[in-house]
Amino acid sequence: MRLVATLLFVTFVTFMATSLLPGDPVNALIPIEAQQDREFVEQLREEWGFNDPLPVRYGRWLGDAVRGDLGNSYVTGRPIIDEITPRLPVTGELMVVTVLLGILIGVPLGLLSGYREGSRADKAVSAFAQIGLSIPNFVLGLMLIYVFAIRLRWLPATGWTRISDSVTGNLKTVAMPAIALAVAEVAVYLRVLRSDIIITLKENYILSARAKGLTDRFILFRHALRPSSLTLTTLIGLNIAGLITGTIVVEQLFAIPGLGRRLFSAVFQRDYMMVQGLTVLLAAAYVIINATVDFVYMAIDPRIRRRA
Amino acid sequence: MADPTELQPLQEDGQAPALARSLPPFRVRVGRSLWNAFREMPWPTRVCASWLVLIVTAAIFADWIPGLQDPNYQGFLFGKGKTLDPPSMEHWLGTDNVSRDILARVVHGARTSLIFAGGVLLCGLVFGGLLGSAAGFLRGRFEAVVMFYVDVSLAFPALVFFLFAITMLNRRGLGIMTVAVSLLTIAPFTRIARANSLSVSNREFVTAARAIGTSRPRILVREIIPNVYPTLVAYSLVVAAVLILLEATLSFLGIGVPIPRASWGGDINMGRRDIAINVWPMIPPIFALVMTILSVNVVSDWLRGNAASRSSAL
Amino acid sequence: MPAENAATPGTGPVAVPAESPLLRVDDLHTSFHVADGEVRAVRGVSLTLDRGRTLGIVGESGSGKTVLARSIMRLNIGGNVSTSGNVEFEGRDLLGLPLNAMKNLWGTELAMVFQDPLTSLNPVVRVGRQLTEHVRSHVGVSRAEARQTAIDLLREVRIPDAEARLRSFPHELSGGMRQRICIAIALACEPALLFADEPTTALDVTVQHQILNLLGREQRDREMTMILVTHDLGVVAGRTDDTIVMYAGRVVEQAPTRALFTEMRHPYSEALVQSIPRIGQRSHTRLSAITGRPPDPIDIPPGCPFSPRCPYAQQKCREEPPPLVAVSDAAGGASHLAACWYPVGTDAGRDAFARNLADRLPQTVVVAEGSEFTESAAATAASDSSEDGGA
Repeated sequence: MRLVATLLFVTFVTFMATSLLPGDPVNALIPIEAQQDREFVEQLREEWGFNDPLPVRYGRWLGDAVRGDLGNSYVTGRPIIDEITPRLPVTGELMVVTVLLGILIGVPLGLLSGYREGSRADKAVSAFAQIGLSIPNFVLGLMLIYVFAIRLRWLPATGWTRISDSVTGNLKTVAMPAIALAVAEVAVYLRVLRSDIIITLKENYILSARAKGLTDRFILFRHALRPSSLTLTTLIGLNIAGLITGTIVVEQLFAIPGLGRRLFSAVFQRDYMMVQGLTVLLAAAYVIINATVDFVYMAIDPRIRRRA
Repeated sequence: MADPTELQPLQEDGQAPALARSLPPFRVRVGRSLWNAFREMPWPTRVCASWLVLIVTAAIFADWIPGLQDPNYQGFLFGKGKTLDPPSMEHWLGTDNVSRDILARVVHGARTSLIFAGGVLLCGLVFGGLLGSAAGFLRGRFEAVVMFYVDVSLAFPALVFFLFAITMLNRRGLGIMTVAVSLLTIAPFTRIARANSLSVSNREFVTAARAIGTSRPRILVREIIPNVYPTLVAYSLVVAAVLILLEATLSFLGIGVPIPRASWGGDINMGRRDIAINVWPMIPPIFALVMTILSVNVVSDWLRGNAASRSSAL
Repeated sequence: MPAENAATPGTGPVAVPAESPLLRVDDLHTSFHVADGEVRAVRGVSLTLDRGRTLGIVGESGSGKTVLARSIMRLNIGGNVSTSGNVEFEGRDLLGLPLNAMKNLWGTELAMVFQDPLTSLNPVVRVGRQLTEHVRSHVGVSRAEARQTAIDLLREVRIPDAEARLRSFPHELSGGMRQRICIAIALACEPALLFADEPTTALDVTVQHQILNLLGREQRDREMTMILVTHDLGVVAGRTDDTIVMYAGRVVEQAPTRALFTEMRHPYSEALVQSIPRIGQRSHTRLSAITGRPPDPIDIPPGCPFSPRCPYAQQKCREEPPPLVAVSDAAGGASHLAACWYPVGTDAGRDAFARNLADRLPQTVVVAEGSEFTESAAATAASDSSEDGGA
């Protein structure tokens, strides 16, 4: 399957880039004194397989990775996988909440403005979408912090409470970051859905549905929405890339202990193994999500199922 | 009246025919059509277009604007200025936390954004456009290789790639930023150029050119590329907004432009530390940033005939 | 799901005496306002339809027949449409009703079968749901009852393997089956009046016959009233009681169908009949198409709209539009109307034709020198249709 091939290639490129680093990876793993002994270093290199050709090393790394062993961080010495596991649900929750918010707000607004095309409501919503798209997520985050954390003191400016500790606490910490990210999503989903709805409402089967005496609301939600969701679904998948970038920014701003922030600190610490591990993970997630989009397609439009 | 699109024969003295001579020179025609375009815009679009003109002019001519202060002069070190000063006659937008003039920093920040966006766009247009056009025209293995590169580029989220790149290369700065992002940005330009080039290559005038023996590079340059570029230029405007946003984000995170250099994102980041004390220093760069991105989006929407608030003939 | 629409006033049953017509249309005008001007699609149409009868509306593309049908049903949706005149259905004034009230009538009293069954069905919704969703919303039956209704309907329109078909999607079925489903959908709530707008145009010729027979049978069994809109005269022959011929938004001839074919009075009707290819013609007979094109609905010239193409046209025709009046007719009596100054089959008409022929008017010459002339062609058409009619 193409999915697997792309995944393999992406991870290989990352691995290869890491291996081109200046500096000796062996030196990072042994104490300073031992580094002086050239012979010893060379021996270690041979033993640990650093002298093997690139594809071999990659294969070994891949084998380990599949079993969950992504190597150890150069800085902390702890297994990378141990750093990833507790942070994965944090970033995951942030992204899921953002997309959910985007859908819950963006879809009805898109339906509304498509249905009432040209009306004042439509123009207002479209203007809002335009502005929402133009405000960077960190600016929005800062504004939210200023209003809700500093002035009103309703929400904490930074930090994260896990769901396992307190659900309300968790909601309070996820609210502002998710909103900061979701506004752009809402704007994009809304626009795309709106233009597809406008096209769909001109179809003959919508006129047939009207001629049956069905109410406008029924027609919108149960006849027009599904055929118009194809572009939106593709877009949600494509937007994940931007969302990953966004979570990195937002995690920094709100001091959220997620994968993005860890990647960031790894960069500053020049922790190559960590950076590699996280990069691979994020790129792989992106590829997988996009492949999932294809499956969702088939569920939405039965005409596509045949060619599966 | 004679049909102006009909070919007129050359006059005997070798001069252009009467109709061609009566048209004003190209520069003037472009100027007039820009002005007409401006007059046709609805007022929000006009405001945005004006802002863009203003900001680009300010960015280019920053050094020569009379009275504009040095964005890096920290007066308080010499007992001359105050930090976090509100707007005054001397500093129209006040000073930041190290007593630098905010107005000057905003103007120079525009320059940073412009250099970055302009540089990346140029690379994308030139390399991406060429690569894509050639791929669509020449097909075969060349195309396969190029598209493979495109697919891989698109598989990496930009920020992740950027973080990866600066870790590996262990350097910061406007130059490295521009180069790294250019590498990624070539991909979408290539893709679009290739798609267009595919359809253009199948058109009759290309086949005709081949038939009379025109060499392939010549066809590429004279027939394919001029037809592919309009779409790319339109796309550039969309990409410009994304690039301005990206530069601001990277600088805000501290991994973009190094500190002394003025950058909207970087200034916002610095303002963040004192947000509880004094929120003002962040505001001008935020305004400039949002206004610029918004203006680019609005103007590019309008140019594509697609203004969000336009109603249809339903 | 409970019935949503029962309580709107103005839609309950109205006590109507049995002899009064089901539908009465009076001077209906429909226009679309577009950037270039006003498109006058229907320009003063009046008609009356009694219960249980079938009316055929015939005309070429652009004659306004579809807009007329949709105007009566008030399905012309869009901000730029204006409709005026009077439409009385079962004693109710339809044009005065708010659209919400119309929703109670659509599907239950008035129904329409559209031209293209492929695009008239939602491609992502299963057939079973499309058959019964309006039944459930209007009548409030349970899901199981609705399912049974759907199966019964499918069987009635002769679709094999009805239970399995419920879960099919439209694209999995043939064109003929799709149109049968559309008909079943239209009949589901037992409407009093059924519009069929070009129901067979998008189908194969072999299937057309079956569909028309199905419509006819359903109408008889349910004692329904039907309006059949088509561009094909062959469709109305033998299947409709009365026929209206439309041109450029106006009725140009109106008669019981038999009479229309045996004694047509309007030159346009005559030209339509003449343009039908006959099996009995010699091979390589040139097809007689009507010369010229219909007028642009934004800019209709004064006088009779057909005059530029009419073989009988005289100066008066180009200046004054002829009124729709009763014409002399062996069979039709007072119910045969035509809008013509020099009707076909009258002395005035024959003289006009002869004068034009002498003047070498192009459209007259074409007709005179073309295939078989008026009376025999019409007579053949009438005898053909009487053999086709019936299940």
